[in-house]
Amino acid sequence: MDPLILSRMQFGANISFHILFPTITIALGWVLLFFKLRYNATNDSAWMRAYFTWVKVFALSFAMGVVSGVTMSFQFGTNWPGYMEKVGNIAGPLLAYEILTAFFLEAAFLGIMLFGFRRVSNRIHTLATVLVAGGTTVSAFWIIALNSWMQTPAGFEMRDGVAHAVDWWAIIFNPSMPYRLTPMLLASGLTVSFLIAGLSALRYLTGDRSESMWKALRTGVFTAAILIPIQIFAGDQHGLNTLEHQPQKIAAMEANWNTGPNVPLVLFAVPDEAARENKFEIAIPDGASLILRHSTSGVVPGLNDYPGNHPPVFPVFWGFRIMVGTGILMLLVSWSAAFFLKRRHGLPKPLAMLMVPMALSGWLATLAGWYTTEIGRQPWLVTGVLKTADAVGPVAGSHVALTLATYLVLYVLLLIAYLGVLVHLALKAAKDGDSSPLPGVMNAAMSQPAAGE
Amino acid sequence: MSFDWPTALPLIFAGLMGLAILIYVILDGFDLGIGILFAAAEDAEQDTMIAAIGPFWDANETWLVLAVGLLLVAFPMAHGVILTALYIPVFVLLVGLILRGVAFDFRAKVPTERKHRWNRIFFLGSLIASLAQGYMLGVYVLGLDVGLGGMAFGVLVAFCLAAAYAAMGAAWVIYKTEGELQKKAVRWLRTALVLTALGMAAVSLATPFASPRIFDKWFVWPEMLYLSPLPILSALLFLWLWRQTFHLPKPDDRHSLTPFLTLAAIFALGFAGLAWSFYPFVVPDRLTIWQAASAPESLAIILAGTVIVLPIIIFYSFYAYRVFGGKATDLTYD
Repeated sequence: MDPLILSRMQFGANISFHILFPTITIALGWVLLFFKLRYNATNDSAWMRAYFTWVKVFALSFAMGVVSGVTMSFQFGTNWPGYMEKVGNIAGPLLAYEILTAFFLEAAFLGIMLFGFRRVSNRIHTLATVLVAGGTTVSAFWIIALNSWMQTPAGFEMRDGVAHAVDWWAIIFNPSMPYRLTPMLLASGLTVSFLIAGLSALRYLTGDRSESMWKALRTGVFTAAILIPIQIFAGDQHGLNTLEHQPQKIAAMEANWNTGPNVPLVLFAVPDEAARENKFEIAIPDGASLILRHSTSGVVPGLNDYPGNHPPVFPVFWGFRIMVGTGILMLLVSWSAAFFLKRRHGLPKPLAMLMVPMALSGWLATLAGWYTTEIGRQPWLVTGVLKTADAVGPVAGSHVALTLATYLVLYVLLLIAYLGVLVHLALKAAKDGDSSPLPGVMNAAMSQPAAGE
Repeated sequence: MSFDWPTALPLIFAGLMGLAILIYVILDGFDLGIGILFAAAEDAEQDTMIAAIGPFWDANETWLVLAVGLLLVAFPMAHGVILTALYIPVFVLLVGLILRGVAFDFRAKVPTERKHRWNRIFFLGSLIASLAQGYMLGVYVLGLDVGLGGMAFGVLVAFCLAAAYAAMGAAWVIYKTEGELQKKAVRWLRTALVLTALGMAAVSLATPFASPRIFDKWFVWPEMLYLSPLPILSALLFLWLWRQTFHLPKPDDRHSLTPFLTLAAIFALGFAGLAWSFYPFVVPDRLTIWQAASAPESLAIILAGTVIVLPIIIFYSFYAYRVFGGKATDLTYD
């Protein structure tokens, strides 16, 4: 088989698997800090129980993120040597700063955050939590800076076919950077709030009415209900930014074949790239013009302006719709759950049952969003600078196919094990309820008193 | 002579990368080694051994990311050449690291009846990762030769490095534990040292045949004289450590960190020897560090950050090690 498509599949598989876990740890670090601060303020041991349940999820997710992240750092060289040869002068420093300012910080203080509660003072333990959460966020900052530079490159010049940095400020804060960082951080927040809400709903369904369950459930539901409208707004802003800088991506997202006014919003279609038309189309007249140009006669770019230079339409079109569809579902579920929790102080059973699978809705929406924007950048690896096909390495297709197959099997098994542990932890927490032993005191000299004792 | 940045920067980065690899090999060496020793340990001992590395392994592995990162950012050309040539071994290494990294966490969180499975995965992953690293080193030493001879040499180095990691692991267990396990670790250390010595002898004998270039670099007058402290000092340390193992553990647990530090010193000496063998190439015989380097302005901006951040990293890494200093106790989330 063709090494190019295989390498793309392999990179896609690795980075898709990888992003699942940072998406959890970025926001979960801050949620843990919230639990910790509530405990510090109220001295209510239920907060600490919630903390100790979720810190285990954090530890496991972090480990999964680290090992899949190590894979990523090798991938550039094994499969895409052309990438670093062409834009290494830009990508290199950004990656280096991620390692220097984020990775080590997270890794060093993670140990203290996870296992150090009895060994350091409460203040240092809280500080370690802040540093780990901060580290994950700083890491997101650098990697999004690099990714958005690849989408909308700025601040560089080409010398002898190699990109050289001219203005680092322009490189880091390139035109689409803020419009990508914000939705990604919000996506992380949403993923975590739905995960917490979903696993807490599972505990609720098994009859667990413990204080730590309520605290986690409320934190998850209310955070989700607050974040989702902000995310919809941020997503709209990102769309307008993409319209300005990457119109061909918008054309593919809307499956709009011809530039013109009064473009409909296509709700459902099977885009046919050979015939350059949509099959089975269901559309709202003038919808796309209205959303993108705020006027029914607004001109929306079409794929006909970019012959041979636009992304594949089908995956971009559908990736976008899956993301938006999941987002709307998230809005409905989180707002109704918030309503019932506020007004009725309980959850109707069907809603709780819906919330359990919705625990993974953040993953689905995040992946769909990334697929939309990354496939939407094709055929370019770095827009206007480097084509994906020109960066692939000289490795034989059979090697890539073999490793790809192994990675896929490994990832599926690990995902099953991961989700199994999540459910196991939730059920165990449900069984223990408020009677779970709190860590602390017993035998260490520097120990902190366990809460409530 | 004025200071010439375009000449100096690649050299500085080669040094930094070497430092990162050395720290990685020493630090991840002991936790990989403990994974290898898992096969010889009882259930309860395994829990203690995990407790001895649990808070550290993640930071240890970050040094590998830094080393690859530096290769990637400072020598992008070499990064591509080396990693495409070592495609399959890198893949095997990654699978090993993935398995052991997640096994750490899974073994502590799954229902008890599944713990054994993850213990085995932890051992296998650690062994695979160690062997893959050794194999890559062997093939790299020979200039990325993947002929039959090169592969055989790679396998030899693989076993040697795995044995050396096991020795590091045993030394760390001696430092972090007490009682029966500590005594057992002393026996492990002796076995691992014998295997390491055999491996190193074989590698030393094979190198002149496998790579005449390296042979020529070492065995010419007067370089031989300047270089002689490296092998002589290593051999002395090695013998001294061997004699020490008959007196360990000592009363009041004195010198329990000595075996680990001695091994780290031997690693550092061996590493210096390797560095001499390669200099000035980053891909043996093909690319020098200057040919492979990024643009000076990009290197400069990384260096500025590194100079500020690296001391801070080293400072808080020491702090983290101090927090978890002393003998390992049960590792719980508190």
